[in-house]
Amino acid sequence: MFHWLEQRPFFFAVGVFLVFSFAGIVEIIPNFAKQAQPLVGTKPYTVLELAGKNLYIKENCNSCHSQMIRPFKSETDRYGMYSLSGEYAYDRPFLWGSKRTGPDLMRVGNYRTTDWHEHHMLDPAGTVSGSIMPKYGHMFSNIVEIDNAYGEAVTVKKVFNTPYDYDIDGDGAVDVPLGSYEEAKAHAFSQAKEIVADMKSESVKDAIVNGEIPEIVAIIAYMNSLK
Amino acid sequence: MQASTRVEYDYSVVKAFTFTTILFGIIGMLIGVILSFQMAFPSLNNLAGEYRTFGRMRPLHTNGVAFGFALSGIFASWYYISQRVLKVSLRESPFLMKIAKLHFALYFITILLAVVTLILGISSGKEYAELAWPLDLLVVVWWVLWGVSIFGLIGIRRERTLYISIWYFIAAFLAVSALYIFNAMAIPTALFSGYGDFMHSVSMYAGTNDALVEWWFGHNAVGFVFTVPLVGMIYYFLPKESGQYIYSYKLSIVSFWGLVFVYVWAGGHHLLYSTVPDWIQTMGSVMSVLLILPSWGSAINMFLTMKGEWQQLQTSPLIKLMIMASTFYMLSTIEGPIQSIKSVNAIAHFTDWIPGHVHDGALGWVAFMVMAALFHMAPRIFKKEIYSRSLIETQFWLQTIGIVLYFSSMWIAGITQGMMWRAYDEYGSLVYSFIDTVNVLSPYFTIRAIGGLLYMIGFFMFAWNMYKTVTAGRELEKESPNASPIAAR
Repeated sequence: MFHWLEQRPFFFAVGVFLVFSFAGIVEIIPNFAKQAQPLVGTKPYTVLELAGKNLYIKENCNSCHSQMIRPFKSETDRYGMYSLSGEYAYDRPFLWGSKRTGPDLMRVGNYRTTDWHEHHMLDPAGTVSGSIMPKYGHMFSNIVEIDNAYGEAVTVKKVFNTPYDYDIDGDGAVDVPLGSYEEAKAHAFSQAKEIVADMKSESVKDAIVNGEIPEIVAIIAYMNSLK
Repeated sequence: MQASTRVEYDYSVVKAFTFTTILFGIIGMLIGVILSFQMAFPSLNNLAGEYRTFGRMRPLHTNGVAFGFALSGIFASWYYISQRVLKVSLRESPFLMKIAKLHFALYFITILLAVVTLILGISSGKEYAELAWPLDLLVVVWWVLWGVSIFGLIGIRRERTLYISIWYFIAAFLAVSALYIFNAMAIPTALFSGYGDFMHSVSMYAGTNDALVEWWFGHNAVGFVFTVPLVGMIYYFLPKESGQYIYSYKLSIVSFWGLVFVYVWAGGHHLLYSTVPDWIQTMGSVMSVLLILPSWGSAINMFLTMKGEWQQLQTSPLIKLMIMASTFYMLSTIEGPIQSIKSVNAIAHFTDWIPGHVHDGALGWVAFMVMAALFHMAPRIFKKEIYSRSLIETQFWLQTIGIVLYFSSMWIAGITQGMMWRAYDEYGSLVYSFIDTVNVLSPYFTIRAIGGLLYMIGFFMFAWNMYKTVTAGRELEKESPNASPIAAR
């Protein structure tokens, strides 16, 4: 049979493709749709948090930080409750990472503050003695445009029914508002102002007053949302 | 053998891909060495502002060596091996010649664009699949062109039976097509919503599903880019260089079909103890262990091919490179399954043992095999004698020592950190804060960086040797059937 196949490239290729496809089909088809259902109470990212998440991807933070707490006592003691599938329902792409050069960040919002992040991003080794993390001073001067995040939020709302402008927990109020571009921008600024209130950098405060959001504000918004 | 004397093979595309193999090898390895020194000496991170942090440069390294260096070497080998084992020249078909040239041109442009976009931080965020969606589309175009070239050349072949190497190239083409397309599925947000950057997109899959698709892809990108075509290459170059027959046809059948079937399941071992279903994790673990059989099958077939001719290890540095490549292939295909066992993975996952394992395979197996292939092809495509034997010898030992330093330091670093993360004192509290487990790694990071540096110096010697072969090698009048001619300097 094999010798027969080796003289007939078409059937050989079909054979290879079938043998190759088997695992993918068995692994993906049975419950692919169910796996990414949100937990009760899981909310999508606000536009500012989404902008921060895009910065997290841009700087490739996930090459050194995981967002996956495994169900071991040594991990739950260190990072908090182990991860559940539904918590990632709005993570496109997933950011579990594959290497912990730095600690896990899945629930960093529970135990680090805006103030801590501000110091740490500027001077990691000055905050955690011996840290090998690069300095991210440029995030204090670079300005983030929320257009990208807004475009992404609109896209996932329409295509994947991500619950923006929706009463998720049934308390009668919209949980994560999106609205028009102007409304989204206004929401982003009001969230940015809350964060900046806890920060020390004068230049960052000035930027917000001048209608610009420095990258550091967006990344802190994202860090604080990780709970 | 009569046909081969009549067919005039065309090596123009082989030469072009040989050039990019060396170019992207130098760039990719240089960035890798910089990254390794950054981990040992973190102040090196901020020498060029935001563009030189570890995070920004890591995808450049991984994409550069995988899709720049290794893939170029694979394409060069394909255009060389295919003509010879199918007994047909690219010159016989002007159409396929054009396709091959277009394949090279688009490939080269894509990799250059990849360098620019990645350093700017334009990334999909998925490991080994960071390229933005327009680049993904470009990749699909030249990948399809490669497919046209594969099946086109097969279509006009004179040799009816497909040689083992061709099986592996077909498998690589088909598997990577499916993997790449499914994993890269994304919606360009600017086109959809009218807001934001043109290059930005959002993944079609969310959370756990995205992870599942990503590691189904990610593991098999390693499998079907780094393993499958390379096995195809050694099945051609080792018997050619040594003048020996492949030891066992049956073993090659079992290994090939076994590999194609089992490999795809193993992606689950990247997701052990995560939120993907338990049965997928268990399958990933079991199939990874099973993967030893087809992997070692090929490697053992290579060793047995050398049966009775082991003195060639002394006489031919190229045989030495290939046998060392096979040895590292065996090492990394036993190490991988060990790391896939759930209880071992609990310690190894997220640690430096994983990059250590990757580099056993990438430096020891892939890069050694690619360099051996280029050395074997050089006298035949350039009609020149290889410039220096002693350079190959020195390169071989420098690089071997480099790899040993690399993986032994990463073994120690990984297991040390994995054990420290889970250490409890007598009162039931964690002994070490996270930073303690980082600081202890510093000497191992330094050893690894030195290992990488040695390897890179060896690669520079290889590049220099190739350059001198083309520019200053002795002209050859006729092609050597087996052992490649190497000048004794």
